[in-house]
Amino acid sequence: MRIALRVALFGFLMAAPCLLLPVPSAEAMHACIDCHKGLKEERLSRPVKKIADDYHMIRGLKCQDCHGGDHTAFDNKEASHSRAKGFLGKPKRQDIPAFCGKCHSDPRYMRKFNPKIRTDQVKEYYTSVHGQKLREGDKHVAVCISCHDVHAIRAIKDQAAWTYPIQVAETCSRCHADAKYMKDYKIPTDQLKNYEKSIHYEVLTKKGDISAPTCPSCHGNHGATPPGVDSVANVCSNCHAAVAELFAKSVHEEAFSDLGQPACVTCHGNHEVLKPSDELLAGGKDTPCATCHEENSSELKKANEIRTLLQDLAKGIDRAEAILTRAEHAGMEVGPPRFELIEAKDALIKARAETHLVKVKRIKTLTTPAVVIAEKTVKKGQELMVQLQFRRKGLAASLLVIAAALIGLFFKIREVDRRGPSG
Amino acid sequence: MSVNRVVDWLEERIDLGAFRHLLQEKVVPVHHHTIWYYFGGMTLFLFVIQVVTGILLTFYYRPSAEEAYESVQFLMTEVQFGWLVRSIHSWSANLMVATMMIHLFSVYLTQAYRKPRELTWVTGMLLFAIVLTFGFSGYLLPWNVLSFFATKVGTNVAGQVPVVGHTLVRFLRGGDEVTGGTLSRFYGLHIAILPLLTTLILGLHLFLVQQQGMSVPPDVERASAQQPIRTMPFAPNFLLRDLFGWFAALGVLAALAAIYPWELGQKADPFASAPAGIRPEWYFVFMFQTLKYIPARVGPFDGEVLGVMGFGLGGLFLFLVPFLDKRAALGEPSPLFRWTGIGIILYIAVFTALGYLAPGPK
Repeated sequence: MRIALRVALFGFLMAAPCLLLPVPSAEAMHACIDCHKGLKEERLSRPVKKIADDYHMIRGLKCQDCHGGDHTAFDNKEASHSRAKGFLGKPKRQDIPAFCGKCHSDPRYMRKFNPKIRTDQVKEYYTSVHGQKLREGDKHVAVCISCHDVHAIRAIKDQAAWTYPIQVAETCSRCHADAKYMKDYKIPTDQLKNYEKSIHYEVLTKKGDISAPTCPSCHGNHGATPPGVDSVANVCSNCHAAVAELFAKSVHEEAFSDLGQPACVTCHGNHEVLKPSDELLAGGKDTPCATCHEENSSELKKANEIRTLLQDLAKGIDRAEAILTRAEHAGMEVGPPRFELIEAKDALIKARAETHLVKVKRIKTLTTPAVVIAEKTVKKGQELMVQLQFRRKGLAASLLVIAAALIGLFFKIREVDRRGPSG
Repeated sequence: MSVNRVVDWLEERIDLGAFRHLLQEKVVPVHHHTIWYYFGGMTLFLFVIQVVTGILLTFYYRPSAEEAYESVQFLMTEVQFGWLVRSIHSWSANLMVATMMIHLFSVYLTQAYRKPRELTWVTGMLLFAIVLTFGFSGYLLPWNVLSFFATKVGTNVAGQVPVVGHTLVRFLRGGDEVTGGTLSRFYGLHIAILPLLTTLILGLHLFLVQQQGMSVPPDVERASAQQPIRTMPFAPNFLLRDLFGWFAALGVLAALAAIYPWELGQKADPFASAPAGIRPEWYFVFMFQTLKYIPARVGPFDGEVLGVMGFGLGGLFLFLVPFLDKRAALGEPSPLFRWTGIGIILYIAVFTALGYLAPGPK
């Protein structure tokens, strides 16, 4: 009993000094918020409304971690906003990269939150057109908050973030599609309009494939700069590696370089990259080939030959697909022939990629066996349709037999009912 | 002539009295509900088709996750008339459940379960449960996407049974997930355990039907209290009519199998996400739909658990109805049970229709 009393007394003595320490209450942790939310001036109360969605808050940071000041000085504006206590207030626009960079460029600090996170954004930013112009004193250019928002900064993986892949084109276009805002820079403002027509946009938004390219994929994000004529092929090759490799070995690579034409973009466009079709190789007036090659030239004839090979295979596959679909809708099992047709489809994809090398012979080695597969599949489809007819005829014959049996039974029932009346 | 000699030869050795009675003396009552008598025989006919086509399917079917789908695909594409056998097996299974439901509810509404036919009813209910299990286990066997996910959802529901739910799921699946192990045990259940149980219980059911004869609905009995009820001989009059129905069913089956062959779909991929519109076989849809409508929590109880318990109690009620309906046993009208039966039929019909027309919340 005495030992228990001693332990209790010792515990109390140890705990007593803690009671004297000023422990901030839960309310006190949000002292800035509590004060600012009641302020009438919208510019002062707005941050409080937006901060609820901010990723920094989710990770445990508070207002004072960015803005400094004494957050324990409740109801004392002067003390809480004291410069002596590190209060920074709202940073000037040209100071924002450095303001964010205080933490984001500090690997020791950032690794506490994510050991893999990059810390070179500010450095990279100053290599961008935005960063360079900011240094020159242009306050119109994008800074961190232009793309990441302010006080509602979300992680890039957050679907509502301005920087989420599906949102980012919209974010860039807030400035870049505004003709009035961009007037002094003398660059086009139709990028978003064109991009929205592209296959990249379709894959990104309609198929929901967030790996599809959007503005930063080609221009970079913090170091945003248009890719130059000589680097555009490298940019596209990040995704289209196989095609880029073929193009690099082709006659066009040197020719484009000599003419100062950007690779890829010359035929496919930049923002408005349409889904490539075999028609691109048609060699007519409006096709990319005709921009360099003369009408009736051997090169255009070659392009036509390649196009014919591809279109013949595509038509063969379409015919096979059509007949298999008809058979499938009629209830036939089309799994095995459809599986075989995959080989022909793969060959068509490879052959289309091979057009970047412009070697007819190589394309033929892919399309010739694939055409045979497609023809075989058409034949199998036809056999299935014949079998379907056989089933229908078999059904008709068996229904005739059954109907005859039913008629026979009907008369037999009448006969037995008459012969032996129910009792 | 030779048939008579065989019969004489047999009769010298065994007593053929029961068969003689069946063929010469058994009669079937004739009244305005006689039509319902045909559905039991029709179910039996479809069951025989199931047995025959099922045996043919086992010649080619291989019960493993690696081979099941491919073996059914081979059967449908390479084996002569394999597609027909599989289609008839699948269509006949569905028609059998339909005729069995008609048989069950016609017996219920004509109160044929009343004394002395309680055991016939109980064996019939057991057969119904077995047939539903046949349907559930057979659905998985082709190992396609729909059957895989329907089994996953269906066995999940079994997990809601209080106390033994988790054990039951593990027992059904042969593990925590639907795998090749589930397939092989469903196969064993489908082609060995259930047929054995069916043979025993069906034998007893038919024996009782023959022993007790056809039940006459109480209202018919009361209306003709003064005079004997009209009858027709079982053989050949009733049997020929039965045969007529069977031939008609065969025609319907042939047409369904040829015009709408049972499709195989895509092979199951356990790692893929469930496709939209997963729905069990039509005869389970009313339960599936009900579970969708029940809120996640009803007071202190889990909604799904309550639903599953409700179905359990409903099944138990139907199973025990001959012992609960005392008035029917005395030959008196029992409107409470009659309207309860009509309510159950309406409920099943409405919720099945809702399952197809208004899939409702997920």
